[in-house]
Amino acid sequence: MAEVSFQAVGKTYPGSRTEVIKGISARVADGELMVLLGPSGCGKSTLLRMVAGLERISRGTMAINGRIVNDLEPKDRNIAMVFQNYALYPHMSVFDNMAYGLRIARIPRAEIRARVAEAAQILELTPFLKRKPGQLSGGQRQRVAMGRAIVRNPQVFLFDEPLSNLDAKLRTQMRVEIKKLQTRLGVTSLYVTHDQAEAMTLADRIMVINDGVAEQVAPPLEVYRRPASAFVAGFIGTPAMNFLAGRLCGDGRAVELAGGVRLGLPAPVAGGPMAGGTEGAITVGIRPESLRLDNGHGDLAVAVDLTEMLGADSVVHGRLADNGSTLVARLSGIVPARPGDRLRFTIAADALHLFDTTSGRRLDA
Amino acid sequence: MQKRVLFHNPWLPYVLLAPQIAVTLVFFIWPASQAILQSVLLEDPFGLSSQFVGLENFQRLFADPHYLNSLRVTAVFSIAVALLALTTALVLAVMADRALRFAVGYRTLLVWPYAVAPAVAGVLWLFLFNPTIGILAYLLRGVGISWNHYLDGGQAMLLVVIAAAWKQISYNFLFFLAGLAAIPRTLIEAAAIDGAGPVRRFWTIVFPLLSPTTFFLVVINVVYAFFDTFGTIHAVTQGGPARATEILVYKVYRDGFIGLDLGGSAAQSVVLMAIVIGLTVAQFRFIERRIQY
Repeated sequence: MAEVSFQAVGKTYPGSRTEVIKGISARVADGELMVLLGPSGCGKSTLLRMVAGLERISRGTMAINGRIVNDLEPKDRNIAMVFQNYALYPHMSVFDNMAYGLRIARIPRAEIRARVAEAAQILELTPFLKRKPGQLSGGQRQRVAMGRAIVRNPQVFLFDEPLSNLDAKLRTQMRVEIKKLQTRLGVTSLYVTHDQAEAMTLADRIMVINDGVAEQVAPPLEVYRRPASAFVAGFIGTPAMNFLAGRLCGDGRAVELAGGVRLGLPAPVAGGPMAGGTEGAITVGIRPESLRLDNGHGDLAVAVDLTEMLGADSVVHGRLADNGSTLVARLSGIVPARPGDRLRFTIAADALHLFDTTSGRRLDA
Repeated sequence: MQKRVLFHNPWLPYVLLAPQIAVTLVFFIWPASQAILQSVLLEDPFGLSSQFVGLENFQRLFADPHYLNSLRVTAVFSIAVALLALTTALVLAVMADRALRFAVGYRTLLVWPYAVAPAVAGVLWLFLFNPTIGILAYLLRGVGISWNHYLDGGQAMLLVVIAAAWKQISYNFLFFLAGLAAIPRTLIEAAAIDGAGPVRRFWTIVFPLLSPTTFFLVVINVVYAFFDTFGTIHAVTQGGPARATEILVYKVYRDGFIGLDLGGSAAQSVVLMAIVIGLTVAQFRFIERRIQY
């Protein structure tokens, strides 16, 4: 069992000046599953490949179980990786694919057979052991890739978008399987994905990465409830969070949206952009699902542009009557609003997310 | 799935095929049938008349120690050429595949020899190894090896093998390089994580995945060594010394055009034809089926 730690880890490709990983520090606890989540090109796969030893670490230190691995070859790190395209050896049978690493490790034949048989049983691959990867379906290949990882009893599992080549239904099913398997084996895992639903279901903690920087490292619900930055807030949740320009006022006890709507805050906001002061421009984040329809007393008057009726809920796209900025609301049930209709929404004071407009960081009470 | 194309005009497919068939008829079927015909005839010394002798030409052929020697020489020559050309090309391709800088430059340079005509390539190597003025012969003398391929049959064979293989390396190199590029990087990475070092990765992952390319090239190279090396042999050794480098095609030429034994030469051509057909069948039937994965 192992713990993985990053200390100001950075990566610059040779011959290039831009840093793709800009000093990430974090600690993955023993047995934890941490999801690296971010948009494509944010550096999450690069970070994972650095853990695997497939990319050199340009600065900082990376340790697995207290041992610094910066200069260790992949084979000396005691890790296993599941690739996006599975990377199964096409000329070998399923059995040989899983046994490959064990044979290299010179493990006795009988034990290899036993370990592969056990893994095959867990993953329901026993009938396919003699087949070649080309004769398997996508989901089966994915399981073989998992099997190849688990037979080796590694200290750390690395998953590089392992489900993105599967169809939607299988993906939902497999992510539950992966979660169960990981919990059962209790192996420290790093899991790269750009799919927030996958991240929310699988993760013990999520590291949200943007442009080579770890924006937030926290359990899924905290990432959702208290996003550390405007980027995280906008990346997690569907439909995406609404961002409105606003101003802190009344000693940090209220925000005033452009256009004059005033919303009270549960507790005064201190610090933030106007150190010492409590007045200044901020960004107000409102989740579409925290808006409530209240045609009598709602603070936010909205002109409807379009309504998406999804059955269980309705997503209303509209514009604020006061300042014309767009607003999306997700309301439960069927809301038969038509383009041009006027609706009023309220929002609970504690459901407002405030961000520093320049740095994007969260402002808190 | 319906794979057949449907033509509305019943003649159209035949018209479309006609050019191909015409070319095959004129340049292959007709000369080949002439050779078969000739192989059962015996020509008089002045080429005025010929008589039917059945399989006598073939009987004489397989009783002729020179012919049997030529078969042996051809086997040694083609295996040596294929082996040398393939291994060298593979080594170069693996290295070029690893190179990050100037990779395009290497590739272009390595392809050049293919543009050199076989006879020219032969002459090039002939100069290098010329016992009197050749730079390589001079260097070999320096390390105590007396090089004279005009006298030593083994050395002559070595020389034509090198000259013939050298020309084929570029071709093999291109195919190997393409084959290597087609192997997904993640497979190599997966093997590295599984604990395999570079040598082991090569033999257990890369080489097996290259096997379709390798088998294709083996057939191509053997066919090349059998037929396309005539120019090289003709320029370098003329089959000598003492028939030490007289491969089958060279013997066909010598017996037919110099010895004017048209019947015997035609019989040899027929044997060669059978060999090529055999190789092609082997490639399509045996190899292409086994290399599936």
